[in-house]
This record gives sequence, C-alpha cells and structure tokens, in this order.
Amino acid sequence: MAQRPTGVKKTEPRASPVRFRHKHLLAIADLNRFEIESLLDRAEAFAPLAEKKIKKLDVLRGRTLINLFFENSTRTQSSFELAGKRMGADVVNMSVRASSVAKGETLIDTATTLNAMRPDLLVVRHSASGAVELLAQKVDCAVINAGDGKHEHPTQALLDAFTIRERLGQIEGLVIAICGDVLHSRVARSNVALLTMLGAQVRLIAPPTLMPQGAQSWGAQVFHHMRQGLKGADVVMMLRVQTERMQGGYFPSPREFFWFYGLDEDKLKHAKPGALVMHPGPMNRGIEIDSSVADNPNVSLIETQVRMGVAMRMAVLEALAEGGANAPAEP
Amino acid sequence: MTRPTLIKNAKLIDPAKQRVEDGAILFDDKILDVGSVTSAPDGANIVDAAGHYLAPGLIDMRVVIGEPGAEHKETFKSAGRAAAAGGVTTLVMMPNTTPVIDDQSLVDFVLRRAPERTGGVRIIPAAALTKHLDGALMTEIGLLAEAGAAFFTNGDAPIADSRVLRRALSYATAFGALVAHRPEDPSLAAGGVMHEGELAARLGLPGIAAAAESIMVERDVQLAELTGGRLLLDMLSSARSLGPLARAKQAGVRVSASVSIHHLVLNEHDVDGYRTFAKLSPPLRSEEDRIALCQAVSDGLIDVIVSGHDPRPAEDKRLPFEEAAFGAVGLETLLPGALSLHHKGEAELNTIFRAMTAKPAEILNLPQGRLVKGAPADIIEIDIGAPFKLDSDTLRSKSKNTPFDDKLLQGKVERTFVSGRIVFTAER
Repeated sequence: MAQRPTGVKKTEPRASPVRFRHKHLLAIADLNRFEIESLLDRAEAFAPLAEKKIKKLDVLRGRTLINLFFENSTRTQSSFELAGKRMGADVVNMSVRASSVAKGETLIDTATTLNAMRPDLLVVRHSASGAVELLAQKVDCAVINAGDGKHEHPTQALLDAFTIRERLGQIEGLVIAICGDVLHSRVARSNVALLTMLGAQVRLIAPPTLMPQGAQSWGAQVFHHMRQGLKGADVVMMLRVQTERMQGGYFPSPREFFWFYGLDEDKLKHAKPGALVMHPGPMNRGIEIDSSVADNPNVSLIETQVRMGVAMRMAVLEALAEGGANAPAEP
Repeated sequence: MTRPTLIKNAKLIDPAKQRVEDGAILFDDKILDVGSVTSAPDGANIVDAAGHYLAPGLIDMRVVIGEPGAEHKETFKSAGRAAAAGGVTTLVMMPNTTPVIDDQSLVDFVLRRAPERTGGVRIIPAAALTKHLDGALMTEIGLLAEAGAAFFTNGDAPIADSRVLRRALSYATAFGALVAHRPEDPSLAAGGVMHEGELAARLGLPGIAAAAESIMVERDVQLAELTGGRLLLDMLSSARSLGPLARAKQAGVRVSASVSIHHLVLNEHDVDGYRTFAKLSPPLRSEEDRIALCQAVSDGLIDVIVSGHDPRPAEDKRLPFEEAAFGAVGLETLLPGALSLHHKGEAELNTIFRAMTAKPAEILNLPQGRLVKGAPADIIEIDIGAPFKLDSDTLRSKSKNTPFDDKLLQGKVERTFVSGRIVFTAER
C-alpha cells in the first residue's frame, strides 16, 4: 500500500486518491488513521458540488445501490439516496420492516434474495448490533453500515469529523465532549473510535445509568457532571435520547434530564468561548438540547452536518466502488 | 442574636471521644466553647446543670409523620413536641405521606411548613426513591436532592425488582445521593406478622423468616458494589444480616446500616399474648438476634440507631394480631431505650450517642450532632438515671402505640436546645 504522511492536507489535489483496501465499511474500528483521512480528503472534493447547478457526476454510472433499512430513518436514508444519485448510480430504497420481515423472512433470507439481484452497493441499517456484518458475510457486493443497533454508525462519525475539520481546520488536539445517551448510541461509539484516532481528546458525559460499563477504557474521559465535562471543550456533540431503545427508567423524567444534561446557553458557557455544537439528529428539543442553542447559527453546526453528510457518503460510495464493489475480497 | 448561655457543672458526652468528661459549655446559636469553660460574657445566661449529662441533640433518621394526608396520626406540631421532649433535635421524615414526597414541590412544602409548626425541631424530608413508592420508576433524584431531600427511600415497601434498585443506585451517584433501602424479600415475607420461630408456631401466627432480610442484604450490598452507590440498609433486625454487611464494609462498599431502638431493647417475646403494640416491621426477633445487634452497634458495624417512629391510632392496633397495623412510636422512647443499654451494660454511653448524633450527621452531611466549637448549638441536658414508669397516655405524640407502655425506664431529658434556643424544659 502506498504510504503518505498523515495529517490534514487541505490543498492537496485529489488526482489519485489511494485505493480503499476494504470491501465493506462496517465499523470505524476496522479503519486506521490514514484510511480515515483519505476518506475525508475525498469528501472535501465532493463538498462544493452541492452548490452547483448541475449536481450529478457519472462516477457510479450503471452501478446499483440498494438502501436496505430495517429500521426507520429519514435523514440517513435520503442522504445515501442523494449521494448515490449524485454519483450517477441507480438507487433503490427498500424498507424491509414493511415487507418481508413481517412475513417471517430471516435476515439471511433477505440477504440471499438481494444478492440474486446483483447490486453493487448495499447500504444497511438494522436495529440489532452486528446484523449488518452478518449480512455482509452473505452477499457479494460492498456493504455500508448505516447503523447497526447500539454498535456503530461509521458514516455518521466520518461526516462529523469532516464537519469539524472543515470548520476548525484539524481535529488533532481538540477537546470534544460527547453528551447524553451514550449507552444506546452507535454514533458515540463510532465517534469515540474515530476522533481519538485522529488525536482529539474525547470526553463522554452522561448520567451513570446512560454510560456503558467499561466506557472508561475507550480512551475517552468519563463525566457525570455536564458543566465539569464541558470545561474547555472546543466542540460539544449532543446525542439523541433514544427513548425507543429504553425499557424502563434510565432517568426519571425529561424535565430532570434537561436540567442536568440538556445543552442550553448556560451550560454551553462552561465550554470554551466560541465552542461549536453538533447533533446527529433528529433532535429532542427541550430534552437534550435547547432551541436557543440548536438554532443559533453562530454555534450550531447541525445543518452543516447534514450538508456534509451527502459529500461524505459520496466519498464512501466512490471509495468502495473502486475498491471492492463486485470485486473479489481483499487479498 | 441568641443571648449566650453557659451550662456549667455538667458531664459532657462528646460522641467523638471515648469517655464522658466533666465540664461546661458556652453557646449562642452555635457552640462557642466547650470543656473547661471558666468565664462567660456579660449578660450570659448561666445554668447549673447540677451534674446532669450534656449531649448533642439526637438526629433521628427514620420518623413517619402523618402530615400531609394523615394528620389524625401525627402532625408537624405533635411530632415536634414529642421530638423536643425526647431530646431529638433533628429528624428525617419518611416520604410515605399523602401525597407521597416524590416531587420537588413537596420537599419544598415540608422545608417551608415544618419549621413554622415544630416549635424549633429541625425536620428534613427524605424523598421517595420510586414514583408513588411503587418500586417501578425512579424519582427525580437530582432535582429532589437539589431541593433539599435528606436521602432517598422506598419506606416500608422494599424494591423487589433488582434492576430498578440498580439503576436508582447508579443514577444517584451522579448527585452523591444516599439511597436507603429496607432489606426484605417481599415474596418471602408476604403474609408474615412476626418473627418466624417456635413462638410464632405456638401462637399460630404466620412468621417472617430472618432469611427474608439477609437474602435482600446480600443483594443490596452487591448492587451497591456494582454501581458504586451509597446505600443505607434501613432497620436491620437479624443477626444473619450482619455477616454480609461486615463483608461488604470490609470490601470498601459504600454501605451503612441502621437499627431501630425497639430491636435493640425488645425481642419476639414482647409480642407474646398477642400484643399488637409490639407488632413491628421488621418483626422483633430472637434474643440472640437482639444481642448480636447490640454488639454490632458497639462494634460500629451498625452505624445508626433510629426510633422508627411510626404513629398508628388505636383503631389500627386494637385488632386481632394478624389484622393489626405494624409500627410503634419512638420519638420519646428513643433516648430512655438507648440509655437502658447503658444501664444494663450492653453498650458504652459514647457509642450509643455516636449512633444517634455524630454518625447520622456524618451520613447526612450535617454540621450538628457534635459538641465542638462552631457546631450548631443543638444540645440536650439529661438526668441519666431518673427512673420512671412509662405511661403511654402522657406521650406528646398524637398516636400512643408504644411497646414500652408500663415499662420501667431510666433517663429523662431536662432541657432541649435547638440553635441555642430552648425548645423543651422538663416539668418539675
């Protein structure tokens, strides 16, 4: 594999990005720093496209992308759909919850069926951790994990890193606080892995009941007091409180959660002046984030994240299409 | 500003020390000097204690009050009068009122209303650990702690669901909050009305096995260890529970334990004759259990002695044993009951007082409960040997349900001060 110095090189022309060596994108944990930075570099080239009148490329012309969502999603699914279409691919959306699963088809049956249709790229979201990897073992095409249970959501972490890098120039050395429902969050797991790999100092802030056992050993600092955890933070990344994944009371009430762990202007003052706010969406306003913060264009990167999401996913599709899509697995 | 008072010619029970010492104490709203005080400022009120004992006012961590919702049992006013007469200057009120204290506004209500009514005695509400005390969903522990709740408890309703207790203990760590739990397996104890043993069999009454408690103690200390939470085992009754408690303390688990005065002084035979006034929850157990509990207090294994004050009107008690309510009043018998351990030689005076003053203060993070300079002047003067026969009709509590009725006791409170202000003086 070609070696290249690591670090941010914003001005480097992307004439020949390094070939992506993985067949699938299943988890940030599978990647190394060099691969991540090279994906971010690719995304940088696609970002300006959204502002152009004609937004379509032909990089993936003739290729088929299937969005296979076992769990409801609006923004991730449409982000992948747009990314695929802008790259010139034919995009098919399948919402499996409504069809086969209801009739008793297993995950592997679904995979076999889809494989017979010969897609080139398969974007999969599933409510069970590890389900996307299981499916990837049963199909020939490239599989992108669009979120599996409480495990990983690699493209979200990539787009978050891309957003931060575009805004602040680099990630190395930043203090990034990830707050809220860490326990149920695949976004948090992917982000901790990615941001620590890129040299950020990552903090996790959550009530003890929403902090996974053993999070201390992830390379992030653990806080239960939000104001303490925010001290000196460059970026505050809020997580959605995932009530749909909660059985029984992890915290007493939305009111109490907001009081101690909801990001409002007062708590944000404890972060570094000018600190930026992110949220993977959809937001629970008044539970984990106050509208005064979420809607403040001076601090909120939430819209930028959505914009960058499309470019980041175009980059991922491109990398997988040239590397592993319908090609034999890596040697 | 309270006029300074000097009490001289007294015996000082400083719970931080091993022995009782002769001396005097000077205080206004706080203790100004203690020990060998020789001079008092001009205009000071000088009292000759005539050799009586002085101790910090008692801190009773477990008192049921009927206000709001059951004012026929007890009110802030009647509880305040009983407490002052019993030498209790701070009491923690249980949340099983109507409505249950499971919301900030009710903590606020108690903290604002009680001081107007109690005649000076301090009342701190404990908040419910689960909403409506139903053992299912934790309360707003953070907001309630900020509002001033002393700790969190499910009262007499143990939490059967281990996951609920685990989450509550875990969540409470973010706020440093103390969780008190009555260790009793509800399904094992179901239907029982007294200690399970030969006597229960002979009386034909369903028993509650000591294991119903020790099983829960094992579970609770393991959950405390798992979560790092602060746990108070509320009112132990059985020797079997002491082993797991000792092991947990040894292992550094943040656990403390309390015992009611009734379980240190009485045993199962006090219910013989179907005496419903001695029907308690947890039940009075065997003499071996009682002796082991006294020893555990002496050793410091059990941290706190409480009154377990639970007022029940006569109509709830004058019933067939199985139908009668559990519970006994205790605010006015906590001190003479505890002193009986001293008179019988079962525990050192300073040890007994530590379990009713300094130790609860430490657990609740309160400045009172000590005879040291700067501490709030919550002080009681006791005639430690004064004998009397308890007549329940003379109790100041609205409810008179005491198992000590007609018992011969020793030790009377002469004066009670809260913040240096006198709130009780014995009749001469």
